[in-house]
Amino acid sequence: MRWVNIRPSRRGGLLLGALPLLAVSVVYLFAAAARHAANPSDKILPTPSAMIAAMHGLLVDADPLSGRLIFWADTLASLERLGLALGICTLSALLVGLVLGVLPAARATLGGLVTTIAVIPPIALLPILFIVFGLGETAKVALIVIGVAPFLIRDLAEHVAALPQEQLVKAQTLGASSWQLALRVALPQALPRLIAGLRLSLGPAWVYLISAEAIASDVGLGYRIFLVRRYLSMDIIIPYVAWISLLAILMDVALAQLSRRAFAWAHQAHR
Amino acid sequence: MSHLLAFDNVWLEYGEKIVLEHVSLTIAERSFVSIVGPSGAGKSSFLRLALGQEAPTRGRILLDGEVLTPECSPDRGVVFQRYSVFPHLTALRNVMFGRECTGARFTARLFGAARRAAAEEAEAMLVEVGLGDALHVYPAQLSGGMQQRLAIAQALMARPRILLLDEPFGALDPGIRQDMHRLILGLWREHALTVLMVTHDITEAFGLGTRVLAFDKRRIDPHAPHRFGATAVYDLPLSRKTPLNQPDPKQEVLRLTESVITNTEGSL
Repeated sequence: MRWVNIRPSRRGGLLLGALPLLAVSVVYLFAAAARHAANPSDKILPTPSAMIAAMHGLLVDADPLSGRLIFWADTLASLERLGLALGICTLSALLVGLVLGVLPAARATLGGLVTTIAVIPPIALLPILFIVFGLGETAKVALIVIGVAPFLIRDLAEHVAALPQEQLVKAQTLGASSWQLALRVALPQALPRLIAGLRLSLGPAWVYLISAEAIASDVGLGYRIFLVRRYLSMDIIIPYVAWISLLAILMDVALAQLSRRAFAWAHQAHR
Repeated sequence: MSHLLAFDNVWLEYGEKIVLEHVSLTIAERSFVSIVGPSGAGKSSFLRLALGQEAPTRGRILLDGEVLTPECSPDRGVVFQRYSVFPHLTALRNVMFGRECTGARFTARLFGAARRAAAEEAEAMLVEVGLGDALHVYPAQLSGGMQQRLAIAQALMARPRILLLDEPFGALDPGIRQDMHRLILGLWREHALTVLMVTHDITEAFGLGTRVLAFDKRRIDPHAPHRFGATAVYDLPLSRKTPLNQPDPKQEVLRLTESVITNTEGSL
């Protein structure tokens, strides 16, 4: 049998996917054990027990200064910023993207502006955002919005504009107005694409969130990582990074499920 | 029979390129006009003009004696070769779409009794085109022939006066195509439609039509081929066929093909 024809079963696929993750963990454990054998107070590759001990304090003991459970306060603050920003991105992409996609005149007028904003590296704007909005929450949310929204808007506008002309003509021969065309033809077909775009944007969104938190914040997952870096606290940084990855994966899976449930028609063609 | 659609010395140009020239013809009500011709002879452009998707560069198009506004409207329905159904709606919702647009200007959705009435009407239409078993199925799950049935049902729900077909059966298997011919002839008679059909299939053109228009260029300048447009070079009324009493379409197709093709093939 040719190699290209060997397809793992569903269970076999899961098993194969777990193997590399397992291998990385095992390599880490050996490396950590080796370093600790040479130097019992090594901080660079902490053992799992050291990580658990360090995280225990952040998970269940209240911070004496603020009275908060630090890990959960960080998580909540970061998710709040991310959720708010992605919400704004979604709404603006739907509104602007749909208008740009449906109306050629709007595309001619605003397309250039959106493209221009999209090519500016968002991190380069961070100083401006801090100057304009201060060091509070607004600047952090604004950074994510500026980083993600133009991409979503362009993606959505292009997708809507690329809908077959036949569909638009057909809808008009059935009596649809511009508004009805946008509402009943363009919007429903844009939604699965919007979710796909949002899934792709999760990575950049986390990057902007952590950048903003690292530079000016007093709570948040990114803030904590950059804070404890000063003490070489790898026993906190590694669990935090793992937690951020887990959150990102959960969001991605949730969005994928939402798309499959709510827009079954969009996934049938690919089956 | 009265003239429903009239082309009065219509020209269609894209900048330097002349696509159609000197198109002057009238389309009688309840006729079935087949449009044939080589690729690039402006068949589809002619259909787009009738649809209102494009405006003529020169000349006038009259619908019922009134100048046609160059915009699509519900009195002219259309079925394309592909992509003319909405992938995100079930068959039933696809057919209800027209009713929902005209019935609710703002939401484009019907509720209560109006919705039930539209659904019943749509269901009857789907049964008529042979999709009675596929009411709640998305287009992606339908075969090519069934998608075209759906597109036809969807177009007929708006009760168009003219039905424009742009190679509607071009992508279908020969067997399925025959079923579709029977279907479209039946619908044409029952709904008293005027049909304009662009096709590449000469047999189909003569088998279905009451009149065949052949588009081609009358003159060709070898140094500037784009400077002469196409026009209806042959206009053949098929008088043996009347729109009202029609024998079995399959037999008709075979009989007409044999007799008419042999007479006209050379000149086409």
